[in-house]
Amino acid sequence: MKVLMFGWEFPPVSTGGLGTACYGLTKGLCLNGAKITFVLPKFTSENAEYVRIIIADKVLSTMNVIGINSALVPYVSSSGYQQMLQQKVSYGGKTADAQLYGWDLFEEVNRFAQKAKLIAANEDFDVIHCHDWMTFLAGIEAKKASGKKLVVQVHATEFDRTGGHGVNQYVYDIERSGMHFADRIIAVSGFTKNMIVQHYGISPDKVDVVYNAVERTNYMPNTFKISKSDKVVLFLGRVTLQKGPEYFLYAAKKVLQHNKNVKFIMAGNGDMLHKMIELAAHLGIADKVLFTGGVKGNQVDDLYKSADLYVMPSVSEPFGITPLESLRNGTPAIISKTSGVSEILKHALKVDFWDIDELANKILSVLNYRVLHETLSTHGVMEIEKYTWDRSAKEVLNVYQRCF
Amino acid sequence: MVSVCFYFQVHQPYRIKRYSVFNIGKDHNYFNDVTDTDLNNKKIIDKVAKKCYLPTNKLILDLIHRARGKFKVAYSITGSALDQFEEYAPSVLDSFKALADTGCVEFLNETHNHSLSSLYSKKEFKDQVSLHKRRIKKLFKCDTKVFRNTELLYNNDIAKQVKELGYEAMITEGADHILGWRSPNFVYKAKDVDLKLLLKNYKLSDDVAFRFSERSWKEWPLKSEKFARWVGAVNGNGNLVNLFMDYETFGEHQWEDTGIFKFLEQLPFEILKHPDNNFKTPSEAIKSYPVVGELDIPWVVSWADVERDASAWLGNQMQRSAIQELYMVEDAVKQSKDPQLLKDWRRMTTSDHFYYMCTKWFADGDVHKYFNPYDTPYDAFISFMNVMNDLKSRLEQGGENNEGVRIQV
Repeated sequence: MKVLMFGWEFPPVSTGGLGTACYGLTKGLCLNGAKITFVLPKFTSENAEYVRIIIADKVLSTMNVIGINSALVPYVSSSGYQQMLQQKVSYGGKTADAQLYGWDLFEEVNRFAQKAKLIAANEDFDVIHCHDWMTFLAGIEAKKASGKKLVVQVHATEFDRTGGHGVNQYVYDIERSGMHFADRIIAVSGFTKNMIVQHYGISPDKVDVVYNAVERTNYMPNTFKISKSDKVVLFLGRVTLQKGPEYFLYAAKKVLQHNKNVKFIMAGNGDMLHKMIELAAHLGIADKVLFTGGVKGNQVDDLYKSADLYVMPSVSEPFGITPLESLRNGTPAIISKTSGVSEILKHALKVDFWDIDELANKILSVLNYRVLHETLSTHGVMEIEKYTWDRSAKEVLNVYQRCF
Repeated sequence: MVSVCFYFQVHQPYRIKRYSVFNIGKDHNYFNDVTDTDLNNKKIIDKVAKKCYLPTNKLILDLIHRARGKFKVAYSITGSALDQFEEYAPSVLDSFKALADTGCVEFLNETHNHSLSSLYSKKEFKDQVSLHKRRIKKLFKCDTKVFRNTELLYNNDIAKQVKELGYEAMITEGADHILGWRSPNFVYKAKDVDLKLLLKNYKLSDDVAFRFSERSWKEWPLKSEKFARWVGAVNGNGNLVNLFMDYETFGEHQWEDTGIFKFLEQLPFEILKHPDNNFKTPSEAIKSYPVVGELDIPWVVSWADVERDASAWLGNQMQRSAIQELYMVEDAVKQSKDPQLLKDWRRMTTSDHFYYMCTKWFADGDVHKYFNPYDTPYDAFISFMNVMNDLKSRLEQGGENNEGVRIQV
């Protein structure tokens, strides 16, 4: 099976779960014999239409990676795009040609799609596979140009990103037409499948659920201790509305009223970071909450391993790979019920993200009752064993087959 | 001659409500859930009374009358079920009293709170057994002679304890890997002590309790005539068929529309059609038939799951740690002389609390899930442990008498 795949981020340059998922999935597909041409936006000061990228990874050496010169970055909003474009163009080292890029995010998405058409005309493939809305237009154009089958994979919808408030009409329209143009749709969970069926008018028969997985690693994390007596509770993710960081802090306040010997780490970047720093101060717990900013590579596992507990209080989480990563390090997780991962993880504690009392109760319980921590950890480690990217990739291959 | 010995287990635990860390020290009512969930004890009692206890008691009473004393059954009703009938459904209690008055019903004795005390505290075991004995005597005006341990837990040591408490016989599980080549259709005795044993015929019991409505079962639909034939087939190679099951089988586990009441209604007469057959209560059965052998069971057996052991209650670290915490404060609770504290503590000893913490069912199938009113075993553990901490804080305050028993938290 030859696959033309459109994504928008790929490790080591990645800011969220989408990059992790694309990496794991393409690796799994390659190992199962698929030939992948992976296309993604790449900001470059060269005046090239597109470039071939070399990925330093043994397994992925068979994969053909193409970067389209574009100012698109993952998880950017339309106002964020304009800010960023200005910065990139003026501070980007060699002066890039501002004319090259779309004047706003949506024009840039369009421009990316037009380039995709050119690639589709020149590459050899059986099926097109795109990840999330920024690439959906590219997928549609590629399908039109080649007449090949189109699979779109939904990792998150506009409803997840906005919590249902202030859904961007343009983004929604692109998502919707991508789903309607597609021959098959992959949802990362039943939760997301429901979202697709309910909000986008898609028949459930057209949607297959393929759960994400977690990469196995040989890395031995370096653990640290903040203080001898203090337990550590971790939040790790983009600090955005979707991830519910404020619920983490409100619960932290409650926990600290009960037990002073706890430190909270909020790891990650995002448009709510400043607000969260202010909130921690406002709640009078600034000395108990540490903000790390963005974390990368091995630092992530170091954090999980050092924490006593991981919390994912997401408002709307289509999947949520982080609890799997946490359990990979033996650290138990409390996860939001409104998440895809809660469909497959039995050995995790589950809460309604808004139920701060219950979240605090569960945090304190894991910290206080040693056997609860142990049981969640040992069972959880065993449970995630079966969620491998190999398994996900095999299911994706089945979805491809279903197109024909 | 084949005797059928029916014994029905009637039990309802006091389920612990969702009890958070923040309730500790402020809220001493552990069992008063008022939500729409299955933690609401009153709601459950109302439901099961309507679906099972009231209609089944009415039917059994009717059958006893119609069979003119030839149909007999035994019940074991736990103290925590009796407490809840008194509190929420007095009519259920009245209907059991009416059954007691027929003289065709035997009541068995067990631990008052359906506890695992036989494995953890000989003293508490004794206390709960005598508490239950007095309760049954008071309510149903009868002496109990046969003992039934929680979940049919049994081993040589438990048999010794039971004998010391003055019982003539005890009921336990008769699964193949417990009995080996022996048949459950005879009376046995315990090793080294003079205590007779009645063993559950698990095949025939489970045909009714578990398989009755299973459409994939090759014997479905099970009619009373066919079942009576199976019972009759024991003739010649056994003396009695012990049909032991949860009373909730009728109407609650097997719904009315499965035909379970019809089955029960016809069964006594189908069985009595054969002149060699009859019904006996457990105490009659042990008097009627000789002991054919001695059972040596050093390890703990039960009637639960494929393993027939205690792993459903004590299989994981959470369960063991929770129960250890509980029995660790037994002496202090008793010394406090605070009757409410002791009552609450006893309600915490009910085996169901530990069953809800079982993580086996993630692999084992639906039986536990069906019985678990909590979302996960972890939620069960958290509420239990939080309540334990509240209980300890009450102890530290010395209960009502303020004697100040210090407990290490």
